[in-house]
Amino acid sequence: MHVVYPAVVAALLFSVGVYGVLARRNAILVLMSVELMLNAVNLNLVAFDVWLRDRLHGGQVLTLFVIVIAAAEVGVGLAIVLAVFRNRRTVDVDRLRDLGEPEPVGASPGEPEPVGGGPDGRAGDAA
Amino acid sequence: MGLVALVVGLPFAGALIGIFAGRRAAPYLAVIPTGAALLISAWLAYAQAAAGPREATLTLVETGSVPISVSLGLDGLSALVGVLVTVVATAVQTYSIGYMRQEPRYASYAAFISLFTSAMLLVVHAADLLVLYVGWEVMGFCSYALIGHFWEDRANSRAAIKAFLVTRLGDVGFLFGIFVLGISAGSFRIGDVLAAVPAMSPGTLVAATLLLVAGVAGKSAQVPLHTWLPDAMAGPTPISALIHAATMVAAGIFIVARLYPAFVAAPPTLDLLAVLAALGMLGAALAALAADDLKRVLAYSTVSQLAYMAAGLAAGTRDGAVFHLLTHGAFKALLFLCAGAVIHAVGSNLMTDMGGLRRGLPVTFPAMTIGFAALMGLPPASGFFSKDVIIAVTEHTAGGEGAPLTIWIAWLVYGVALVTVAVTAAYSTRAWLRTFFGVRRPDLAAHEGPASMVVPIAVLAVPALLLGFAGLPFAGLRPDLPSSLLSVGASLAGAVVVWTAWRRDPESDPARVLGPLRPAAEQAFYVDRAYHALFVRPVAALARLTVRADDRVVDGAVRGSGRTAVGAGGLLRRLQAGNAQAYVTGVLAGVLIITVGVVVLR
Repeated sequence: MHVVYPAVVAALLFSVGVYGVLARRNAILVLMSVELMLNAVNLNLVAFDVWLRDRLHGGQVLTLFVIVIAAAEVGVGLAIVLAVFRNRRTVDVDRLRDLGEPEPVGASPGEPEPVGGGPDGRAGDAA
Repeated sequence: MGLVALVVGLPFAGALIGIFAGRRAAPYLAVIPTGAALLISAWLAYAQAAAGPREATLTLVETGSVPISVSLGLDGLSALVGVLVTVVATAVQTYSIGYMRQEPRYASYAAFISLFTSAMLLVVHAADLLVLYVGWEVMGFCSYALIGHFWEDRANSRAAIKAFLVTRLGDVGFLFGIFVLGISAGSFRIGDVLAAVPAMSPGTLVAATLLLVAGVAGKSAQVPLHTWLPDAMAGPTPISALIHAATMVAAGIFIVARLYPAFVAAPPTLDLLAVLAALGMLGAALAALAADDLKRVLAYSTVSQLAYMAAGLAAGTRDGAVFHLLTHGAFKALLFLCAGAVIHAVGSNLMTDMGGLRRGLPVTFPAMTIGFAALMGLPPASGFFSKDVIIAVTEHTAGGEGAPLTIWIAWLVYGVALVTVAVTAAYSTRAWLRTFFGVRRPDLAAHEGPASMVVPIAVLAVPALLLGFAGLPFAGLRPDLPSSLLSVGASLAGAVVVWTAWRRDPESDPARVLGPLRPAAEQAFYVDRAYHALFVRPVAALARLTVRADDRVVDGAVRGSGRTAVGAGGLLRRLQAGNAQAYVTGVLAGVLIITVGVVVLR
């Protein structure tokens, strides 16, 4: 079998994953899309391992590593999603934007500092 | 030579230890080193008469061009002035124990007097112009610290700053004068410089001596840099005695006497010195006649008497000028210490508050009478002899003999000197009458101060009365009969005018004899006001401009850059919206761009 077939399949799989990460709103689906991307990489690793006839089968070994780490990652990720859901009753990534920079209160950007306020006066707003 | 170093070093050591020793030990640390320096100075003066001038060098500082020799010297001039300085300093230190006994900052005060004395002695004994300059500058600093001793009052610290700045203005010229002399002589040693004077070009000499005259005018309070001296009255009275009699103001005259050959070889400088002296002499005497503050009267009289010395130097009598420096040191110190006693008794500087004090002050009254007699130049007080020498020499110079002074300037100096004798007598008589005679304020219980104040007054009265006779053995210092008759006559005339005015109405101020001149004289001929308009206000305006430029331009740039950074941050803030998928999109876009860039551009 020519190496192009698994490579194209892996590329398609990866693209599906990217699309899922960028476009899906549900956090669990985003996690699943990440898994898709990882498995696309795994497919590449195995295919090129065979194609290159690597005597130590580094590709396959690395694939095992990736599977183990992906399992751990999914464990942690699902636990986080569960905790978020318990707190907020939602896992919609579009609405989870607490880490974003809030708009300054009562002043638009570029306005001069009030008297006595240093450059760190704004850090207080953000906190 | 070790003894000379000891004379300079003892008061310095006293100052150094005294400032740390605390209040109780301070009087001893003040008086004992100064007194010891006095004894050594007297011995040196005695020994010098037999052994002749000497000089010793501690070390030679190689500077790459003209070397500086750290050296001290002793000759007739420095021995005499050294004795004067130490006598007055000892008297002032003793007097201060009584005068300042309730002063919490006495220790630093006494230490500064000691430092001041030490600096003046360094000026007197220095054998190198730059060593001399060190003492000269230390004196300027000490005068600042002492005039501003009562700095709690804003006016006093302003007076101190004024004294410092005005003398500093002269010092700049002085330093450059030293450079010109030292570089054209190839050495800063005074002996070498004086030896090189005949070989210097007239232009160099005139430039150097004119620059030196700037420093002399600053330190010796000559016109046009005299304005600091009357304001320096803000300091404690003993300081006035020290500054006016022995140290600061004597330094300027001393320098001219020290470098006299250089000045004689520069006739334009002598002409200038004579004109300045004539202006200061009469102007200050008239201002003294109008002033109401007793210390200001004495301050203006100092300016006037220093102008006599400068006139004497310009007219060609170095010995006469130094003679007058010595007698003036004695009687002016006496007058200031007496004025301190009077102010101590009355509690006010103004003569309006005084009157009829002769009964309450049995020591101060005769002592101050002696002082005023010496100031007026009445025989046999010391001032008569020394002043007469100067007047006689100016007369001879005006007659065309002696110093290379332009004839009309010599006549001007001679005429002004005679008129000033009369005015001096007038203001002395006025101060004497208004202080000790007339109606006594009923609520005033005047009494003498403690012994530490009375004894220095009594001791200083002796040289103030008798020092004049010391000049008799020397041919150049004997009174000249016609000119002395003329000056005593002028002096009596001035005294009589004031006395008749006072006799007619003892309640009012005899200064009214000035007539229409009086308002101008009270303001010291508006010199201060003119300086204020010409220099102080432009400088203050420049300072305000600088502050505004600093505020608007420099600070504006800083504030502006801060504002720009905040604004730019506001733009970046938009990207940080909290949507994790948007971030990932950005990362992916970046990766794509880089990848495409690498593939396409390689």
